[in-house]
Amino acid sequence: MSDQKPTHKLGEHPDWAPPSITIGAVGWVRANMLSSPLNIFLTLLCGYLIYLSVPPVVQWAFLDADWFGTNRDDCSREGACWIYIGFWFKQIMYGRYPDTEVWRINFAYALLVVAAIPLFVPSFRWKGWLSVFLLIGYPIIAFYLFVGGSFGMEHVETPLWGGLFLTLVISVLGIVASLPIGIVLALGRRSDMPVVKAICIGFIEFWRGIPLITVLFMSSVMFPLFLPEGMHFDKLIRALIGVMLFSAAYMAEVVRGGLQAIPKGQTEAAEALGLSYWKTMNLVIMPQALKLVIPGIVNTFIGLFKDTTLVLIIGLFDLLGMIQLVGTNPDWLGFHIEGYVFAAFVFWCFCFSMSRYSQHLEKKLHTGH
Amino acid sequence: MSEIAIQAPTKEMTVTDDVMINMIGVHKWYGEFHVLKDINLTVHKGERIVICGPSGSGKSTMIRCINRLEEHQQGQIIVEGTELTGDLKHVEQIRKEVGMVFQHFNLFPHLSILDNLTLAPIWVRKMPKKEAEEVAMNLLERVKIPEQAKKYPGQLSGGQQQRVAIARSLCMNPKVMLFDEPTSALDPEMIKEVLDVMVELAEEGMTMMCVTHEMGFAKTVANRVIFMDEGQIIEENEPNEFFNNPQNDRTKLFLSQILSH
Repeated sequence: MSDQKPTHKLGEHPDWAPPSITIGAVGWVRANMLSSPLNIFLTLLCGYLIYLSVPPVVQWAFLDADWFGTNRDDCSREGACWIYIGFWFKQIMYGRYPDTEVWRINFAYALLVVAAIPLFVPSFRWKGWLSVFLLIGYPIIAFYLFVGGSFGMEHVETPLWGGLFLTLVISVLGIVASLPIGIVLALGRRSDMPVVKAICIGFIEFWRGIPLITVLFMSSVMFPLFLPEGMHFDKLIRALIGVMLFSAAYMAEVVRGGLQAIPKGQTEAAEALGLSYWKTMNLVIMPQALKLVIPGIVNTFIGLFKDTTLVLIIGLFDLLGMIQLVGTNPDWLGFHIEGYVFAAFVFWCFCFSMSRYSQHLEKKLHTGH
Repeated sequence: MSEIAIQAPTKEMTVTDDVMINMIGVHKWYGEFHVLKDINLTVHKGERIVICGPSGSGKSTMIRCINRLEEHQQGQIIVEGTELTGDLKHVEQIRKEVGMVFQHFNLFPHLSILDNLTLAPIWVRKMPKKEAEEVAMNLLERVKIPEQAKKYPGQLSGGQQQRVAIARSLCMNPKVMLFDEPTSALDPEMIKEVLDVMVELAEEGMTMMCVTHEMGFAKTVANRVIFMDEGQIIEENEPNEFFNNPQNDRTKLFLSQILSH
């Protein structure tokens, strides 16, 4: 037993700073990378692998790369030839959309960004109205801008749409439509009404049971066979509806997972206060359920965003499709790697942004302690 | 069960002849299980009724039938002249007038305390937001936690949460309050703060039905105590008689178990 006298009276012990070794970068390295012989070995092994792989990639993509020029002769072929991407940039971004009309797409992008910025300003007071504009007004404006044919704008047929523009049209519409449809399906599946329940289960299981490729093939090949003679239905719209319903089925199951995690007492409390079924769902259950499944929802969004590349097989040229197409140009053969790296980079930027935003949202909406 | 010291009611609590709730021959089954058997009960305006009984005796089910959180299958339940039927309009009408407090509080964790209180007045009573907030703040004063208005339920203690839950029900200005074991999930030192609020409510003339094991509350506040077992009302009497002179053997057994320590 220690002879030391207690330095503080009972109940009056002040807070002490923690031992310095457990905090800060050095402490972290010691605790996580060098805590045992096995960990030291793994740390060294990983360091060696990084040394083997990262420098050559940096060398290829940045140090030896060619950035400036106008044709393939400007490429030294020692590193990546980003001139290739620059040369085909317009096609990769807009597909075969007419040069003189590209401003319409850019204008729509700019309008979206300008309209969306105030949503991120906490003190902005008309968020509700702005959301209504973004969900209803904006799509109408964007539709007229993209399709044209009115207000003195030239009509641009959908087969000319392509590149990142097409990817964004399909994925944004899919994302925006799949959430509400999915919510309704999830509620329907939990409904007490047998007919509603059966319809929702049937719908969800049907769309979840078939691959997206099948959906796209059916929409482009089979569906027109059922249409009456002479009736024409735009291929892009058919594909869009297919993608929407497909992702809505997935979304429904994600939302249902959230609904099941909400205790029954919440519904009872809301109903006991006199709230109707829809108000109970809108004001009490859904805000909690959706918050719980943000990771699942964003997961589905990201999956959908990348799945849009499948529209290539029905002859729609999205970002990846356009990159593959320009890769077959006889003047520019042999630059596939640059193309795919660029596609991967663009997809990664979008998906990573969604992921980060969802994490921010989770933090912001966290109210439990 | 130990008895918590209750602040004695200072005002005289009066019962009127107006019928508030009328249950006539009510039966209910959970599948094959006959959970409520021929319940007949009339509650007058201003009454404070305590319902006790062993677990599984159907006491919670009975009061949950009154605002149709549970559906009865036979008999009639009439609240303030409106009969509970499958008609959703009637159900919503009755729920507006009947407040309920749950064992596990059931506050809405995604809303601040103030928003918890104003939700129903704004969306059901169509009250302007400002007015609803004034009413809510007054009620928070009454349950003695106005300083918590901006916090979230997860930041409050159990006793505070239950007081918020009571205030939330009161925001709808109900004519009857149902309490479903309001103190069973609380630590002993928090039970008193909730019971005090309930005593004050009784003093103000609120019609109350309360499922509880707090016999101290039953003795000081109730004007009638009902004992239930196996889905039936076995005995009902005014508290003095009920505790000192129980008639039925099952009541005696129950009271001996509950009051022996």
